[in-house]
Amino acid sequence: MSTYAYYPGCSLHGTAKEYDRSARLVCQALGLELREVEDWNCCGASSAHMVSHWLALSLPARNLQPVEKMGLETMTVPCAACYARLKDVSCELKDPEVRAKIGRVLGDQVTGRVTVEPLIGTLTTQEILDKAASLIVKPLTGLKVATYYGCLLTRPPKVAQFDDPENPQSMDRLLRTLGSEVVEWYFKTECCGASLPVARTDIVLDLSRKLLAAAKKAGAEAIVTACPMCHSNLDSRQGEIRGRYGDDFKMPIFFFTELLGLALGYPARELLIANHLTDALSLLQGRGLA
Amino acid sequence: MSVLKFASTDQPGRNGLLALVKAKTGQDVLACYQCGKCSAGCPLSSAMDLAPHQVLRAVQLGQRDLVFQSSAIWLCVTCQTCYTRCPQEVDLPKVMDALRSQAIQEKIRPAERTVKVFHDVFLGLVERFGRLYEVGLIGGYNLLARQPLASADLGLPMLTRGKLELIPRRVKDREQIRAIFKRAAELELEEITGQSVAAAPPASVPS
Ligand code: SF4
Ligand code: SF4
Repeated sequence: MSTYAYYPGCSLHGTAKEYDRSARLVCQALGLELREVEDWNCCGASSAHMVSHWLALSLPARNLQPVEKMGLETMTVPCAACYARLKDVSCELKDPEVRAKIGRVLGDQVTGRVTVEPLIGTLTTQEILDKAASLIVKPLTGLKVATYYGCLLTRPPKVAQFDDPENPQSMDRLLRTLGSEVVEWYFKTECCGASLPVARTDIVLDLSRKLLAAAKKAGAEAIVTACPMCHSNLDSRQGEIRGRYGDDFKMPIFFFTELLGLALGYPARELLIANHLTDALSLLQGRGLA
Repeated sequence: MSVLKFASTDQPGRNGLLALVKAKTGQDVLACYQCGKCSAGCPLSSAMDLAPHQVLRAVQLGQRDLVFQSSAIWLCVTCQTCYTRCPQEVDLPKVMDALRSQAIQEKIRPAERTVKVFHDVFLGLVERFGRLYEVGLIGGYNLLARQPLASADLGLPMLTRGKLELIPRRVKDREQIRAIFKRAAELELEEITGQSVAAAPPASVPS
């Protein structure tokens, strides 16, 4: 059994509990042990780098320290935004001068030996895909989905070092393994407005509406994401989009771990899919998946 | 979008805007040849007063006011699309970060006040608890942005679906978190004063 340090991040303990729950369940089913990073803190997300370079590096760096103490080498991160910050600092730590400065801010040594990977990467190696294929209980046959990676998972490629920055494929491979039909569309890595929804709701509604319309036009019945920010912008804003633009998309938005969990036989209830603000259960029930 | 003046007003040498950006980010903004690819793919460019390539042009020309008072530096969400596609590999998000933090240091009134309020409230909560507290974020933001009901219509459905917690989760070692905020700010100030930036010198240099 491989063991990973697991950094849930604030969203997975708050608005994206279903992502946390489904991630833990599917990892268990696939034989991956997740050990939560001890006393982890917020990585600073989209705010720290807005004001301070050193805060933006030091907040995520503090989360790498306990991993070595836990005797682990690799950290897996479900949230794409946290992943971007943690991966960025793990690259920056290779520079001894930067490492010394971060050490000074933390008041502790950092080595930068921990490898950081996104959960979607951890769960889409060929080995895991083969294993998942062998464990499928309920194939997602006929379910037409658009895979949405968002901006931060693959970009900038020099730092993210994950998949293709314009046309990534890992989530597509996973969904096809589970029996889904993956539609072609051109918005896989377009940005949803990230952290702007509170301060500039208008912009996020506009961007989310474009994404939802494009997925619908491509024939998707649902969008699959790997980021709590993307999920929240697309899932929770459909009512406001209807109010402002009159478009009633009723487009279910899933975390990839939820669909993986369903295929592995977990009931929708246990995966907390009822937590979504846009109804996702009707579609699943119609297909005998919930 | 604004019209740019095509004469460099940048101060020569170490006091110029180009030099400041170079020192803060290691980026050579003169490498940008204004192809506009960054702005073509930027999800926010239509909402910005200066498109991303225009921000760089203004930096090249030393137009400080135009840059620091722009909405662009506040609306950039660091999505990395521009940097991923730039033929000259200019790290535009890094430049945006540097311009924004400089504007904050110089106490320039932000063109997007609510965006700044959001980040201030967010970081205030992280400094206090070590983790984000979403109810505190929305409440604090609404208070300071003077939008008492912003996102309130989402609040009830989110609460009933267990998406919001009424009690903040905290990091155990909150001392260390507070120390990180303090020392990061000190280091930031030290680097700025070390660069002898002409505009708005900070009042004191930490030893
Ligand atoms: S893509 Fe690069 S070179 Fe082209 S305008 Fe933008 S920053 Fe300049
Ligand atoms: S990083 Fe900023 S400037 Fe670049 S494309 Fe994204 S929002 Fe636009």
